[in-house]
Amino acid sequence: MHNSSLQQLSAALRSKKISSVELTQLYLDRIAALNPQLNAYITLNPETSLAQAREADARIATGNAEALTGIPIAQKDIFCAQGWRTTCGSKMLHNFVSPYDAHVISQFNNAGAINLGKTNMDEFAMGSSNETSHYGAVKNPWDTARVPGGSSGGTAAAVAARLCAAATGTDTGGSIRQPAALCGISGLKPTYGVCSRYGMIAFASSLDQAGPMGRCAEDLALLLNTMAGFDERDSTSLQRDKEDYARDLAKPLNGLRIGLPKEFFAEGLSSDVAQAVEAAIAEYKKLGATVVDISLPNTRLSIPVYYVLAPAEASSNLSRFDGVRYGYRAPDYGDLADMYEQTRAQGFGEEVKRRIMIGTYVLSHGYYDAYYLQAQKIRRLIAQDFTEAFKQCDVIMGPTSPSTAFKLGEKGDDPVQMYLSDIYTIAVNLAGLPGMSIPCGFGDNNMPVGLQIIGNYFDEARMLNAAHQYQLATDWHSRAPQA
Amino acid sequence: MSLSIDDVKKVARLARLAVSEQEAQAAHAQLTSIFDLIAEMQAVDTAGIEPMSHAQDVIQRLREDKVTEHNQRELFQSIAPQVEAGLYLVPQVIE
Repeated sequence: MHNSSLQQLSAALRSKKISSVELTQLYLDRIAALNPQLNAYITLNPETSLAQAREADARIATGNAEALTGIPIAQKDIFCAQGWRTTCGSKMLHNFVSPYDAHVISQFNNAGAINLGKTNMDEFAMGSSNETSHYGAVKNPWDTARVPGGSSGGTAAAVAARLCAAATGTDTGGSIRQPAALCGISGLKPTYGVCSRYGMIAFASSLDQAGPMGRCAEDLALLLNTMAGFDERDSTSLQRDKEDYARDLAKPLNGLRIGLPKEFFAEGLSSDVAQAVEAAIAEYKKLGATVVDISLPNTRLSIPVYYVLAPAEASSNLSRFDGVRYGYRAPDYGDLADMYEQTRAQGFGEEVKRRIMIGTYVLSHGYYDAYYLQAQKIRRLIAQDFTEAFKQCDVIMGPTSPSTAFKLGEKGDDPVQMYLSDIYTIAVNLAGLPGMSIPCGFGDNNMPVGLQIIGNYFDEARMLNAAHQYQLATDWHSRAPQA
Repeated sequence: MSLSIDDVKKVARLARLAVSEQEAQAAHAQLTSIFDLIAEMQAVDTAGIEPMSHAQDVIQRLREDKVTEHNQRELFQSIAPQVEAGLYLVPQVIE
């Protein structure tokens, strides 16, 4: 049962083969057995989850069930959920029990889904390995000596180890796609503005976007149908007609034009990842797609641009954590300024402090033009690269990450090495485009490889179609680690 | 450009982060390597390029000027570090 797709689970619930209470308990039992090794969850409230499951069973009995009614979904601990401790992976919020629901959470609640628990993550979503979490590193279920990726590493590990039916993530520079790739699952970052950021703890607001993570593209479509939608409480939420992201899943891929950016296959890409991605492209050709060579010339600049813009926005967003209204306050302090300084020095971890300092510096008097403004100008050049590319192709494909999952501690002391691992994902956030990762094979040491699919604005249905057709022809997405 | 230890301490103060001498030294080494990475940007000719602050060209929505939030002071203050009589308590600022 724990290997079933969401549609299969939904059918089993409606036909009373299993109740939501039984299904929720099944996942809670798996979590109790496997989470101690993986550390994928920060907070569990079994009684709350089971109470939601009883309500879902009652709703199913009345015949008012929706696609996700009764299905246990894990939530990244960046989403505020009323009555749930919401830590964002930080000591700063170790005691923060949210008084309200994020829009994404209320969308799941309205659909009758079960909140199974809050998943581990890099502190304030700043990291690519899940090692910056105050609650300990998450282990990759394929090899517990390796990282799951980040920042949505707890979610990726939980989905891969079948410790939930599906889950949510957020992606500011690759935080859905990279852990999805490293854990062998599917994940989608929608077009910026598709999912409301209300109640999603802010990192870099012009880049942050919530999205679904699950076992297959078909599951992602169902999840996105629930997560997406206009919300007036997010000033950048887009007012668009509701769409069914599953509508094109069954379409054949004849004539699909796939752009392959030469910069994604250049120096720095591991040969095992290159091999798996090239095999996936060959499979797409068999399915009727054609391939076009394209160029995204400013790809390399996306890293410096991102590490100016994201810390700048973060330094502003994280100024709200001051020890006054909620969260951590230092036990000993002198005057007000000392209370702020001690609280923030003790409440934030090293990576978060580093990024706050970078952001403060690039925004400070005398440096704004050279750093922040220059980065915003290059951001436009990066976005224009994609506009040009999409004149020649329908989707862009390439690797999600330059290597498979690395060992815990391997890049811990060198932030620059860690930053460089986001080379293929960051530009997508800067442009605001949708991007996804699906499993496409295994590399050295039998670790999963992810294929990245980048679409044009609002082209999620086409990307999901391309992913689903590939998953009908291959079985990489149904491989699961040995428990 | 090169970052000095004093720059690091000044930035930490602006960001309201207490740093010890040792922490400032460690941060200095790491921030220097990060700024070396960022320096790649400086070689790019961006004359005439409009800065891009946002992914979508959307206009800020306006709403009617009417009350939409109700008072939830007790709920919100129930999670505050220190409150008294409906007020958040901080060290004295005005003598």
